[in-house]
Amino acid sequence: MDADETHVRIDRDGDIIAARQKARELAAHVGFSGSDLTIIATAISEVARNIVVYASHGEIVLSAVQRGSQRGVLVVARDDGPGIPDIEQAMRDGFSTGKSLGLGLPGAKRLMDEFEIASEIGKGTTITMRKWTR
Amino acid sequence: MPVPILKQGEILIASMQSNLNDQDLMQLKDEIAAKIGRFKSRGVVLDVSILDVLDSFATRTLRSIAETARLRGAETVIVGIQPDVAIAMVQLGLTLDGILTALDFEEGLDLLLASIEGSRQGGR
Repeated sequence: MDADETHVRIDRDGDIIAARQKARELAAHVGFSGSDLTIIATAISEVARNIVVYASHGEIVLSAVQRGSQRGVLVVARDDGPGIPDIEQAMRDGFSTGKSLGLGLPGAKRLMDEFEIASEIGKGTTITMRKWTR
Repeated sequence: MPVPILKQGEILIASMQSNLNDQDLMQLKDEIAAKIGRFKSRGVVLDVSILDVLDSFATRTLRSIAETARLRGAETVIVGIQPDVAIAMVQLGLTLDGILTALDFEEGLDLLLASIEGSRQGGR
């Protein structure tokens, strides 16, 4: 395990706030400022909410990353929940099986620079997102 | 931490505290719906200036508070959305269509009082 990783357990809605705060701290340290900090915190909020609503338990792993001279944050949201049967559908605006607006995952994708989702039925879901400094 | 709801004339004022959990938000909705009846309130000011994130869940809850209040005969204005929060909301695709918003508490109160006055004169 990388020493620079920050792990935040997500078991209940209060943990979403903790994940947001940790992400803000890391992103500020990496060099993000202003609205980007809020944009990253909001994206974290959406994927963490997704864990609480659909999987009950999971974690968010935050780390600083580098690509050439560009610095960024890597966010991995992992759960061992039921998995997403139709990812294409889940990524469509307005689609929701839970108590949300159905904007969570597609919204998080719009907020970040990179967004990948992998899910296996009965095993869980992993969302990987990155945002780079401008 | 529950959100305190103050009464000022015909207006209810709820100022969000930092780090609201889901239960606080649900309780706020219930209490506003009840207090509108108890105080015959015509308007609600929701001050969100302290919130550093408005995600889709929080936005949905604010919208449902405003809708609930409207069904109880009161207009809602949401005040104090921070600039960074507004930028993130738009990028995420969140809107508060059909709900009054204002820059700060004072502007929101003016807007609300004008709206109440307008509807009293048989506007709507």
